[in-house]
Amino acid sequence: MSDAIDQPGASQRAMITVKNLTKTFGDFTAVKDISFTINEGEIVAFLGPNGAGKTTTIKMLTTLLKPTSGSIELDGLNTATQPNEVRKRFGIVFQDASLDDELTAQENMDMHGALYKVPRRVCAERTAKLLGLFELQERRNEPVKRFSGGMRRRLEIARGLLHTPRILFLDEPTLGLDPQTRNQLWSQVKKLNVEERVTVFLTTHYMEEAERVAHRVFIIDGGRLIAQGTPDELKKQTATDTLERAFLALTGSTIREEESNSADRMRQMAKMWGRR
Amino acid sequence: MNVIYILWLRQLKRYSRSRARVVSSLAQPLLYLVAMGYGLGPVFQKAGMGSYLNFVAPGLVAMTILFTSVFSGIDLIMDRQFGFLKETLVAPVPRVWIILGRILGGATVSIIQGLLFLGVCLIAGFRWHDFHLLPLAILFMVMTAIVFAALGSVLGCVLSDAQAFPLMMSFLIMPLFFLSGAMYPLANLPGFLTFLTHVDPLSYGVDGLRYALSGTGHFGPLIDLGVLGGCSALLVGLGAYFFSKIQV
Repeated sequence: MSDAIDQPGASQRAMITVKNLTKTFGDFTAVKDISFTINEGEIVAFLGPNGAGKTTTIKMLTTLLKPTSGSIELDGLNTATQPNEVRKRFGIVFQDASLDDELTAQENMDMHGALYKVPRRVCAERTAKLLGLFELQERRNEPVKRFSGGMRRRLEIARGLLHTPRILFLDEPTLGLDPQTRNQLWSQVKKLNVEERVTVFLTTHYMEEAERVAHRVFIIDGGRLIAQGTPDELKKQTATDTLERAFLALTGSTIREEESNSADRMRQMAKMWGRR
Repeated sequence: MNVIYILWLRQLKRYSRSRARVVSSLAQPLLYLVAMGYGLGPVFQKAGMGSYLNFVAPGLVAMTILFTSVFSGIDLIMDRQFGFLKETLVAPVPRVWIILGRILGGATVSIIQGLLFLGVCLIAGFRWHDFHLLPLAILFMVMTAIVFAALGSVLGCVLSDAQAFPLMMSFLIMPLFFLSGAMYPLANLPGFLTFLTHVDPLSYGVDGLRYALSGTGHFGPLIDLGVLGGCSALLVGLGAYFFSKIQV
């Protein structure tokens, strides 16, 4: 549990700098005036109840969504003015599927390699290595539509690592995975973090995972950043003994399903009517 | 360039792997060919217009291309819903290349479908006017395919919901088809219909194909090429613009 803190591993070079970030959809404010800095080599867990603004924040960080106001810099590059340079720097594993079901695992990897201009030979080597690592090598020539949920997740993660990103975004990567695969995933992420100094920004609902891998934890609720610190600092601050209790102490125990749904609906409406 | 190629290839792979799509998109024009081609044949003949099958076949080839290419563009909505779109949106390449790859891939698939249907027409008794015009016929197929694949992409960018599919069918694709002169000659139509057929870009694709395949035409191949060229430039430009603005 404490190895996260024993091993800060982070330099003082800012990898992600977010200033006064706000995103509104119509009347609904999904993210309110968030600011933070993440240094190179840090693993940061972004935690919050459903509808807190986690995915919206990740979408803005990864250039999929334009902020209403505020600025984001990744590796010193502005996401609004240099999106293509920024996109080279990060890999992302989305919360929901983003594979092509009709293509095989190998073809999905090849496609990714081509999109990121990974040299063919390097791409082939890394693909073989990553598919082996996530135990997909034997089924690499099968179309993804025949894969189970867990296999798809593993493939998404392998694909996100193909182009050796400097920053890795993981949006609830372990959702629907069995304990074995979750364990393997986090081991891989930590290994990458240590060996290649990859900065990791992750969201999860599993507090024990966050406690295990993250150097620092940000807690977001109702679109605001309400707490940040190491897991121990947060526990101390709330006088609790687990991160989960600290999280509940900070965010309350009301269930947020409704907020999330209405936010989604708002977004859907806004999109349908073209008010982006 | 490699990006355009890989996305083009993706469309072809998806096409070659779904036989259901191949068959179903040939079934509709085949129904028209049989029902209309043979059904209206005698009346057409009596009016002194020659073989209706020969008249309508190029129109139905254009129809095949229209359907396949527009839907390949609208496929973007499916990519949006099933997630693959995001993979291309976070990729560090200009989005113009991505949409170009998609449009060219969709166009290629619909050209293959058009050629397949042309084969069906030949089996059904269509008499090709002059085989030397094959390159011209293919050129018109390419132009028509690009225009409507680009149109489909524009729609795929602007709409974000699969519920828009039936709407597109009733309010766009069927009108484009029925107002194109695919089924009837463009001469001597009532004024409003003359107007509508002249603003329908498919009319020029049908007309060009009819010139190359059946040896008759209304506007003439140069005008057809000009209009199709203009429309494709405009729609590809619009598609690239809207695609670059997509947020998810």
